[in-house]
Amino acid sequence: MSDVSKTKQEAVYVYQAPIRIWHWVQAFAILALGITGYLIGSPPPSLGGEASDYYLFGWIRYIHFVAAYITVIGFVFRIYWAFVGNSHAREIFLPPVWRPRFWVGVWHEILWYAMLVKEPRKYEGHNPLAVLAMHFMYVWGITFMIITGFSMYGESTGFGTWQHTYFTTWVNPLFGQSQDVHTWHHIGMWVIIVFVMIHVYVAVREDIMSRQSIISSMISGWRQFKDDRPADKD
Amino acid sequence: MHETFYDVMRRQGITRRSFLKYCSLAAGALGLSPAFAPQIAHAMENKPRIPVLWLHGLECTCCSESFIRSAHPLAKDVILSMISLDYDNVIMAAAGEAAQAIIEETIEKYDGNFILAVEGNAPLGEDGMYCITAGKPFVDELTRVSQHAKAIISWGSCASWGCVQAARPNPTRATPTHKIPGIADKPIIKVPGCPPISEVMTAVITYMLTFEKLPELDNQGRPKMFYSQRIHDKCYRRGHFDAGQFVEKFDDEGAKKGYCLYKVGCKGPTTYNACSTIRWNGGLSFPIQAGHPCIGCSEDGFWDKGGFYERLSDIKGFGIEANADEIGKTAALIVGGAVAVHAGASVIKRIASKGDDA
Repeated sequence: MSDVSKTKQEAVYVYQAPIRIWHWVQAFAILALGITGYLIGSPPPSLGGEASDYYLFGWIRYIHFVAAYITVIGFVFRIYWAFVGNSHAREIFLPPVWRPRFWVGVWHEILWYAMLVKEPRKYEGHNPLAVLAMHFMYVWGITFMIITGFSMYGESTGFGTWQHTYFTTWVNPLFGQSQDVHTWHHIGMWVIIVFVMIHVYVAVREDIMSRQSIISSMISGWRQFKDDRPADKD
Repeated sequence: MHETFYDVMRRQGITRRSFLKYCSLAAGALGLSPAFAPQIAHAMENKPRIPVLWLHGLECTCCSESFIRSAHPLAKDVILSMISLDYDNVIMAAAGEAAQAIIEETIEKYDGNFILAVEGNAPLGEDGMYCITAGKPFVDELTRVSQHAKAIISWGSCASWGCVQAARPNPTRATPTHKIPGIADKPIIKVPGCPPISEVMTAVITYMLTFEKLPELDNQGRPKMFYSQRIHDKCYRRGHFDAGQFVEKFDDEGAKKGYCLYKVGCKGPTTYNACSTIRWNGGLSFPIQAGHPCIGCSEDGFWDKGGFYERLSDIKGFGIEANADEIGKTAALIVGGAVAVHAGASVIKRIASKGDDA
């Protein structure tokens, strides 16, 4: 890291504390949801003995539902924070797709990842390609999972409950039937898994190779820069 | 004026005591309090029988087979007499032109006041030529009769959803009742199942006759009293599901012990029907009790979801059929591979650029 040792432009406070807490809560919730969700589709080997001695599958589903509620409450909070937080809190919800500059930035990032340009641009917040991935894979992905998830949850809580009334009644016919909702929710899980894989890889890579800090920023909130040249916008 | 139900029952030698017992049982089956039994009795003593035209399209007659086996004490005698089943080409004695004349007669006499019960569905392909009744495409008869009916009952999964004759690629374009162009804008009650439970069928009719209104339907048109809960919600093997005790294959220890059939593809958790409460053949048993997973026969599209014995459904459109896990793992593998290659290339690039810097 030859250029890191030189002086830096001052660090910028990007991720406010609530965002950082939300990020890590969401990360662990997704981990729990992914593991239990996979097990709900492909249960662990059968247990012998008396049914009354165990509640294994019940616990697996329970953890899934608890993590799901944490995700939902967190997501609602995250949307709220997009309104009251700093400008970076809005990035993943509103990619400025109407600005040509944004697409130039996306193209530059693609070239950067294709290793066709020597240097990435410098961003205080997310780079434009990251904004797109966050928006379409995370924001819409998790919204899809919340809606289909509540639809299936409403089947257990039953007719007349708010989950059933506001989700199951229209989601089931929309997809065909309950089994289809299960199948799509399952595909949604894999979309999120793929998102997480890319997200973690890119975060590590950018931390090493880009011109700003990535992983430590989600812990401290401060974006540090490795050189003095001005940051790019969008 | 038509005879009342009570007249018919008495004429058939049914005692008043048996009749009143039937009324209480009907109230029970409909989920009403015992206080409703007199109301049902009153209705049956005073209301004229409602004529029913029972038309058959593309189907296998399993709905009729189920219906005539209604195990309700008096059902097999009563239900058929209770409704004035004017036309049902499967079980009627008349045939040919004499039989067809009954349809016209009923339409004329009871225009707007009879119930049209549809078993099976109409194929729309080749102008409906795949199903001909009385020399004409069934779809024409169905749409014409529907114009004069008070309400339509879609018996079974064929009339409700399409069922196996509508399976991909559906060469005859078999189409459920509510999706047929030209079907009259009348209330349609879906009673899905392949076949529906006999007591459900008879209870739906009993309800309509007793209260002179349709049973309360969910937003997909199914009577709530029978289709508002899943098989899973009332399954007697639910304890094994929560415990995590599953049948892994059909000849294992779990199968002998009656564990949950979830892993061998049971669709109970995604199927709305009353099998686990009303059961079949007079409450004798139902598929899960017999050790077989529910195949979800009362759900839309159950015939096109891949193997009945698989937990995860097949997804079409990937060239070969694959389930969500197969697709997901493949995608994760491709992305994982791409990440590894990309990471490797990044390391090389970094080493190379360091060389440049030096």
